[in-house]
Amino acid sequence: MPKYTVKFKIPKHLQVPMGAVIPSPKTENEGMITGNWRIVRPVIDHEKCTTCLNCYIFCPDACWQLNEKTEKMEWNAKYCKGCRICINECPADALTAEEELNFPDGVVRLDVPF
Amino acid sequence: MATVKTQNLEMIKSTRNAPKAEMYVPGHRTCAGCGPALAYRLVAKACGPNSIFLGPTGCMYVANTSYLCGPWATPWTHCQITNGGAVASGIEAAYQVLIRKGKWKGELPNIVVFAGDGGAIDIGLQAMSAMMYRGHDALFVEYDNESYANTGIQTSPATPYGANTTFTPPGKAIPEGKVLFPKDAPQLVIGGHPAVHYVATASVAYPVDLMNKVRKALNYQGPTFLHLHCPCPKGWLFDEAKTVEMAKLAIQTGMWVNYEWEKGEYKYQHTPKEYKGVGEYMKHQTRFKHLKPEHISKMQDFINAKLKAPGKPIAVPVAGPRERA
Repeated sequence: MPKYTVKFKIPKHLQVPMGAVIPSPKTENEGMITGNWRIVRPVIDHEKCTTCLNCYIFCPDACWQLNEKTEKMEWNAKYCKGCRICINECPADALTAEEELNFPDGVVRLDVPF
Repeated sequence: MATVKTQNLEMIKSTRNAPKAEMYVPGHRTCAGCGPALAYRLVAKACGPNSIFLGPTGCMYVANTSYLCGPWATPWTHCQITNGGAVASGIEAAYQVLIRKGKWKGELPNIVVFAGDGGAIDIGLQAMSAMMYRGHDALFVEYDNESYANTGIQTSPATPYGANTTFTPPGKAIPEGKVLFPKDAPQLVIGGHPAVHYVATASVAYPVDLMNKVRKALNYQGPTFLHLHCPCPKGWLFDEAKTVEMAKLAIQTGMWVNYEWEKGEYKYQHTPKEYKGVGEYMKHQTRFKHLKPEHISKMQDFINAKLKAPGKPIAVPVAGPRERA
């Protein structure tokens, strides 16, 4: 923390970096978890999936990634907003929309609000 | 003596061939099904780690940076909506000096301005034009969601004829909503900037084509311009699952044409054999719901004239102030 914060006794919750310079995230931005926005979630049927990678390339939140070891698509529950673009663009009908509340871990709640 | 870029980014052949690394990482506050966010992800993917992104005020600044965090794995800076081009010029000039003095050993970074339609061809037009006039080595990307979406869908010069926005609500006096036809953004750049050698339009419906156009633009020396079509589910009022479908429909109806302009020559991509009527595209969007058949036929005439030579100037029926009032 810069020296002025000590001199002027700025309370901790008001201390921000000078010029709002912040470190870049590397793989995910944990400051903005969006998984709790979801109403429906895409569920994949691996037998129907042809790994055409349409879901991967059309996801605005980069929530579908190909696992190269198993050659299977992996879904990121932490950030998926449930926009259903992947379901709409799947040519093999391997994805279906299911209600979020049907799952025991459905609707991610945050411990601390934004 | 200005240093020149030596990089030669490879063209991407297929989706599987696309770079694995995400430069625009998950965790941002854009709406579900956001077209501009998808475009940003693809542009950042194509640019790679040696890039600097600039965000003039707009959706892609406001929704992405909040509460001291941002989703970019590369350096990023905010600039005012008016001065995206000016900040890019400054960063490029500073790197040129650092390289000349030997204080920066690496390659000149890819400087990418990611401006909205307001930050590019409305409020930010003079700074963009100045950057292109001076010939700075930067890529100017205009993501076109056809409105000022982050302040609540106000009309912009890119909004199509007949759209219902907060500033152009349809009523008894003006039944069609917006009466003016939009600006032609690539034409603005091609027409008046001799330093620009590459201008292209792309759509989120064809991601590999979009990424290749970004790489091609980055391989060019000097300023380049990209115009991206990004459907906005909240602004155009359609189901958020149909973002990509809407972008595809725009190409099938001729509302959007993918082309590139390289040193005076036009090349067209994804032109369908037969165009569908514009009504096919407009019926899915609630912003066009109030239009009557005569308004849709006026739009169809405009599109038909445009499709004779996409990307080239056409005469547009502009209503005078008296007719509009």
